[in-house]
Amino acid sequence: MEENNEDYKNIPGWGMDADAENEPTYPMKNYTGDDHNRINYERSVQQPEDVEILMSIERPAITRVFGTSVPPSGLSGMIRRYAFQHSEDRYRHWIPLILADRINVFEGLVEDIKAGEFPDMIKERGLAMEWKHNKIGILKKAATIAVVGTVIFTLTRKKK
Amino acid sequence: MLAMNYRGPYRVRTVEKPMPEILHPEDAIIRVTRTCICGSDLHLYHGMVPDTRVGSTFGHEFTGVVEEVGPLVQKLKVGDQVLVPFNIACGKCNFCKQGLFGNCHESNSMATAVGGIFGYSHTAGGFDGGQAEYVRVPYADVGPTVIPAEMDPDDAVLLTDVVPTGYQAAEMGGIKQGDTVVIFGAGPIGIMAARCAWFFGPSRVIIIDHIDYRLEFAKNYAKCEAYNFKDMADPVVFLKKTTDSYGADVCIDCVGCEAEGNTLQTFSGRVALMQAGAATALQWAVNSVKKGGIVSVVGVYGPPFNLVPFGNIVNKGLTIRANQASVKRLLPKLIDHVMSGRLNPKGLITHRIPLEEVSDAYRLFSSKLDNCIKTVLIPSAKH
Ligand SMILES: [Zn+2]
Ligand SMILES: [Zn+2]
Repeated sequence: MEENNEDYKNIPGWGMDADAENEPTYPMKNYTGDDHNRINYERSVQQPEDVEILMSIERPAITRVFGTSVPPSGLSGMIRRYAFQHSEDRYRHWIPLILADRINVFEGLVEDIKAGEFPDMIKERGLAMEWKHNKIGILKKAATIAVVGTVIFTLTRKKK
Repeated sequence: MLAMNYRGPYRVRTVEKPMPEILHPEDAIIRVTRTCICGSDLHLYHGMVPDTRVGSTFGHEFTGVVEEVGPLVQKLKVGDQVLVPFNIACGKCNFCKQGLFGNCHESNSMATAVGGIFGYSHTAGGFDGGQAEYVRVPYADVGPTVIPAEMDPDDAVLLTDVVPTGYQAAEMGGIKQGDTVVIFGAGPIGIMAARCAWFFGPSRVIIIDHIDYRLEFAKNYAKCEAYNFKDMADPVVFLKKTTDSYGADVCIDCVGCEAEGNTLQTFSGRVALMQAGAATALQWAVNSVKKGGIVSVVGVYGPPFNLVPFGNIVNKGLTIRANQASVKRLLPKLIDHVMSGRLNPKGLITHRIPLEEVSDAYRLFSSKLDNCIKTVLIPSAKH
């Protein structure tokens, strides 16, 4: 798939943004002299906090705006609250969050069933699209699952 | 209103959600006209980013029409057609003042490492994204940029992330005339980085990926050399050999945490989740750049930790430059490149899919079906 760029100088715009000053200290700093002002800048007004927001303990206070999407709830919410007692430097912040995400998936399923609807897994996973463009891939995967399933089934039966 | 809704890894659907509201006097509500699925959305879709909550709406690349503005919004008017940068930035903090709009200190309460991003998990601020009919846009006077009247709306939507991220990837490489630049990853960002690299005057631009249709696309679109690493015994050795055993001047990682190509990285990063994804592309970049070279990283690496060959970074005296693109800072220059015809962002778009079919759209892109490079979702809000 090789191709030499022999006529590269004809590529529209070639070299026009070259900047001899752009030595590797980028993102190039627009020095404002405000570095030691830290958090003493003119801040926007505060967004009212009317949902539960979990805040990084490395921050002095909540940001002036924040997202209000999906506040923590249920068991996953309890784990997330625990995670946010620890700094972003700690595994005990991130690992619980990953665990909470997995639990949250089951909570989502329960929520759906409670609402009287079992989610259409084939549709949600876009499998029709996979089937349309990658039939062989799907069949291979199904065959692998069938083989592995049979092996596990036979092995566990033998033990008894 | 209709919105994309995350239900768990590999499971998304469209649902009816309440209309977004003005929650802060500097907010605007935008009716979305176009929104893209980004390669970095796939990290969320695959469940790789911590604190991605079930019920979230993704989407950080969108254009739309201003429907409503808060009382303190001064520049934006109802009816304006805007493109909205993926970063949420206040414009007032000391990072924003330096042009580091991707590092705003007033848009993400949940983490300090990254600023707020639309629809990108609670680690990026817990904002609902633009894969919906309507979206709340905070700090409406800072990010949203009125689309020039003569600009194609398909070009505009790619200026929200793909073009600036690709451009900044090249810019961070500090490319000098005659340099050899290697780009890892022929997704939309890698292809755009390869195209934008030419603006800085290199003599060779090389792109590396493992999917032939993407390489073919990159070769045509970005006018670069394209190689499949599956055809090589060892990509690092290949790159050394093609650069006189010297190494590339600049290596650019446009892959991030879901890289293919290294069994140990794949197992520890993607199967066992012992690190935040496979850092294969970064490893290759570090090991195939020349001594004293520059590695530029725009690929997404989630928290918290990665197996990066740091010893080689020290021994080779490398400079690593990395960041989320500061979209707003780059827009004037990039709008000029597009309007003058030097850059054709919409050339990346291969699929246009109604928002209602979001599950299929994600699968198409995630499984790299039907020669997909870039998908635009079209919401159909009539109001
Ligand atoms: Zn994006
Ligand atoms: Zn700011």
